[in-house]
Amino acid sequence: MNQKSYDVVIIGAGIVGSMVARELSKYQLSVAVLEKEADVGMGQSTSNSAIIHSGHDPEPGTMKARMNVRGNELWYQIAPELDIPLVNTGALIVAVGAEEQAGLQPLLERGRENGVKGLEILTREQVLEMEPHLSPDVTGALSTPTAGVVDAFQGVLGAAENAATNGVEFILNAEVRGAVVEDGVLKAVETTQGRVAATWFINAAGVHSDEILHMAGDRPEFEITARRGEYFVFDDSKFRVNNVLFPMPSEKGKGILVTTTTHGNTMVGPNSDSISDKEDHAVTEHGMHEILHGATKLVPSVSPRDVIATFAGLRATGNYKPGGHGKDFLIEVSSAVRGLINLAGVESPGFASSPAIAEYVAELLKGEGVTLTEKADWTATRRRIPRFKEMDHVQRAAIIERNPAYGRIVCRCEEVTEGEILQAIHSPIPATTYDAIKRRTWLGTGRCQGSFDYPRTMEILARELGMSMTEITKKGPGSVFLYRQTKEEVV
Amino acid sequence: MDVNTTYDVIVIGGGPAGIAAAIEAYNENQGKVLVIERNDSLGGILPQCIHNGFGAINFGNDLPGPEYAHRYEMQLNELPVDVMLDTMVVDMTPELDIYTMSSEYGYQHFKPRAVVLAMGCRERTRAQIRLPGTRAAGIYTAGTAQRLVNIEGYMPGREIVVLGSGDIGMIMARRLTIEGAQVLGVMELLPFLTGLRRNYVQCLQDYNIPLHLSTTVSKIYGERRVEGIETVKVDEDLNHVPGTEEFIKCDTLVLSVGLIPENELSRKAGVQLDVRTNGPIVDSDMATNVPGIFAAGNVTAIYDLVDYVSKAGEVAGRSAARFARAQQAESHEGSRVVRLKPGANVGSIIPQQIYIDDLGDRDVYLSMRPNALLERMVKVELDDGGEEVMSFREQYARPAEMIIRKLKARDIEKLRASHGAELVANIS
Repeated sequence: MNQKSYDVVIIGAGIVGSMVARELSKYQLSVAVLEKEADVGMGQSTSNSAIIHSGHDPEPGTMKARMNVRGNELWYQIAPELDIPLVNTGALIVAVGAEEQAGLQPLLERGRENGVKGLEILTREQVLEMEPHLSPDVTGALSTPTAGVVDAFQGVLGAAENAATNGVEFILNAEVRGAVVEDGVLKAVETTQGRVAATWFINAAGVHSDEILHMAGDRPEFEITARRGEYFVFDDSKFRVNNVLFPMPSEKGKGILVTTTTHGNTMVGPNSDSISDKEDHAVTEHGMHEILHGATKLVPSVSPRDVIATFAGLRATGNYKPGGHGKDFLIEVSSAVRGLINLAGVESPGFASSPAIAEYVAELLKGEGVTLTEKADWTATRRRIPRFKEMDHVQRAAIIERNPAYGRIVCRCEEVTEGEILQAIHSPIPATTYDAIKRRTWLGTGRCQGSFDYPRTMEILARELGMSMTEITKKGPGSVFLYRQTKEEVV
Repeated sequence: MDVNTTYDVIVIGGGPAGIAAAIEAYNENQGKVLVIERNDSLGGILPQCIHNGFGAINFGNDLPGPEYAHRYEMQLNELPVDVMLDTMVVDMTPELDIYTMSSEYGYQHFKPRAVVLAMGCRERTRAQIRLPGTRAAGIYTAGTAQRLVNIEGYMPGREIVVLGSGDIGMIMARRLTIEGAQVLGVMELLPFLTGLRRNYVQCLQDYNIPLHLSTTVSKIYGERRVEGIETVKVDEDLNHVPGTEEFIKCDTLVLSVGLIPENELSRKAGVQLDVRTNGPIVDSDMATNVPGIFAAGNVTAIYDLVDYVSKAGEVAGRSAARFARAQQAESHEGSRVVRLKPGANVGSIIPQQIYIDDLGDRDVYLSMRPNALLERMVKVELDDGGEEVMSFREQYARPAEMIIRKLKARDIEKLRASHGAELVANIS
C-alpha cells in the first residue's frame, strides 16, 4: 500500500478536528484529516445541544473555562466568515424555589471569574416577561447574554469545507487502527486506507481519543467514558423560546435544557447516562421519560405529542483531573511520544471551545518549533448552499429561472429542492450518503422524517455518483437501504 | 411577479379527493378549474396501491388502486380542466394567494376565487411514537416501503417485522412476502386490529403471517443497518409488561402506526383545525372557516375507503364552484347552525357543523370514527341535550372502520325539527 506523508495529520473530523484543520490551512503546511466515517461531523459534534455556551459554568482555572470563554468570542467572528447560522440568543439559568435561587449568586461569581461578560441576575417578573412559556414557579434566573445557538451541522461543515478549499485533504472512511512509533517518535498511523505518515499528529478523535493515545503508548491511565445524552425535537409550528433555558446545574452537568434551534425547532435534552459501547446512539425508553420530566419542570406545556424526532449523542468524558480541579479537557503536547498533540476528553463545552482550541494548537506547534508561514492566497470565507426555504418570493422565482432543479421539491416538509441536493453532492467535501445530504440540506428532518424523500434522494445519489440503487447507503459501509430489485432472482 | 387571477377554483392535490373535486367544480359551474399536483402523475397515493379494495361503492367493482385512479382521471380528461403536474404549492394566504413552484413552470402566483384543499395525509413516523433505539438504515414507514417495492421496484428488506396492524402495514406484509421477503410478524400495541378485518384475513392469515396483539417494539438494534428489534407485551393501560421482552433478529422494521392529515398549507392560510381529526373544521358543504377555502378527503380526517374520499371531494368541488360564482361566501342568514360533537364511543365526526335550513337537496355525509370496539349491532344517534334527534343501526362499531351516513330526506327533516345549537353523536 502506498504511504502518504504530511506535515500535520488530524485524527477526527468533528468540530475540533475541523476547526484545527481550518486554522492550520492558513499556513504553508501540508495537512490531512483522517475520519473513520463516510462524512465529517458524524459523532458528538453534531448530536448535542448546539449551543455556544458563554463559559459561566466550567470551574475557574480549567482549560474548559479558558477555551470556552475565548471560543465564545471567536465564534461570533468566525460564523459570519463561514456562513454558519449562529444566533446570539443569550441563555437563562433558571432557578425554581429558594434553594436554587440562592445558587444564582455563586454561579454569577464563577462566571465573572471566568471572564464572562454581561452576567446579571434577573427577577421572576423579568424572566417571565422574556420567556412567557416558563413555569410560573420560577423564582429568578442568571442571564448570560453572550450565549448563542448554532447550526452544529453547518458549524462542522463550514470549518471543514473552508479547510478543504484552502488545501487540506479530507480522507474519509479511514479509521486509525494502529500507530508506528520509532525511537519515541510517532511516525505514522495505520488506517483502513493504508499507512499515513506525518511530522505531527493531532488527536481529535472524540470518544475514541483515549484509544489513539493508547495506540501511541501515551497515558495508559487516561480513559474516556461515553456519556449518552438523549433529545426530543419538536415540530417547528409549536412553541419557541427566546433564550436557551437551563435548569440549575448539578454534579451531572448543565441539566436538561430547552432551546429553539437555528432551524426554528424547539428541542429538549439531554439526560446523562454512562454507557459501555462508544457507538451506541440508541434512544431509550427511560431516557425519554427523564428528559420530558426535566423539560416540563421549566416549560410545563412541553408535550410528547409534538415530537418529530429523537436522537442521542455521546459525550467524551475523560478522567483527566489536573491540579486539584474537576474533570478537564486533556489538551497538551504529548510528553510520552514526540509528534503528538492530544485534544482528548473534549466534551461540553467543546463545540463552543473549538475555535479557541484550534488557535491554541497553532501556538503549541509554534512552541514546538514548527514554522507557521501564512499563505498568501488563504480564503477566510465559505458560503453554504442557498436554501430555498429561506428565500422570499422574488428570490425563489429568480433561482428557479436560473436553475430549474430548484423548482423540484424533494423534501416537502423542509422544502429542500433537487438543486440543493445536487450542490451537496458536488460540494468541497462531497455528500455521498443520505445522511450527508441530510446534514448539508436539512432534508428529511421535518415532520415526515424522510418518508417522502427517501426514494427520490436515493435516485439522485445513484444517478450523480454513477452507482446502483442497492449501493446507496444511509451513513457509509454497512448501511444500505435496498437489497435487490424485486424482479431479480432470489439467490 | 404577475398574479394569475383567471381561475375560479384551484384544487390543491390531484389524488382521489382532488380529482373528484375538480370534476364536480367544473360540472357545477363550467368555470375555469386548475388542479395542482406535486407528483408527476395524478392519483395521489393510489398508483402505488396495486392491491384491490377500491371502487366497490362508486363503481360497483372491486378495483386495484391504479385502476380506480385511472377511471377518475379519464373523466377529468374529458373536461377542459387544467392540470399542473410536478408542481408544489409552497405558500398560501387567507386571501387565497397561492404560490407554486415547478421546474417546468417556474415560480408562480395565483389568486383564484375559491380553493379546495385536497393534500391528503402523511404517515406517522417512528418519532411520533417515540420508538427507542438506534437510527439505522432499514426503518421504513409502510407507505415508503410500498413505494420502493411497487413503483421503484426494489426490496427494502429480507427479514422484516411490521409494527402496527393498520391497513397499509398488513398489505405490505403480504406484498413483501410475495416478493420473497420473510415477514416475521405484525405487532399491534392495541388489543385489537387497527386495520380492516378483510385485510387481516387476506393479507396475514392467508400468508401465515402471525399477528401479535397488545405487543409493541421496545427497542431497535444496529448502528448502521437494523440488526434486530425487541418486542414487549403491554397491559390494558398500554404499559410495558416487564419480563415479556423478546429479541427478534431482522434487518427491517416497517411502521404502520397511523396517518395524519397534511395541513401545513391550511395553517398558513389561517384555516382552523379540529384537535380530534387534525384536519380543518368543516361544515356540511366542506367549507372551512376561511371564506373561499374548502377541504375534502384525508386532509380533513383519515378515511378507510377511497370511495368516500371521492364523495367528499365532489361535495367540496361543487361548494367551491358555487362560492366562485357568487363571488362571496354563501349567506347562511336565517339558517340555524348546528354543531356536531363526538359523544360516547365516538372519536371524531365530520362535518363539525351544518347549516340546517340550507341543506336543500345537497349531499351531506356524516362520517364518524368510533373509538371503541363493539362487535354487535349498535345504535348510532344524534342527541339534543340527551334527547334523540335521529338514529340508525350498524352491524358493529370498530375503530378501524369509519361509520358513514349519507343523510336522507327524513334525517334532514328530523334535524330541522330539533332545537339545540349542538348535537352529540353517540354509539351504544
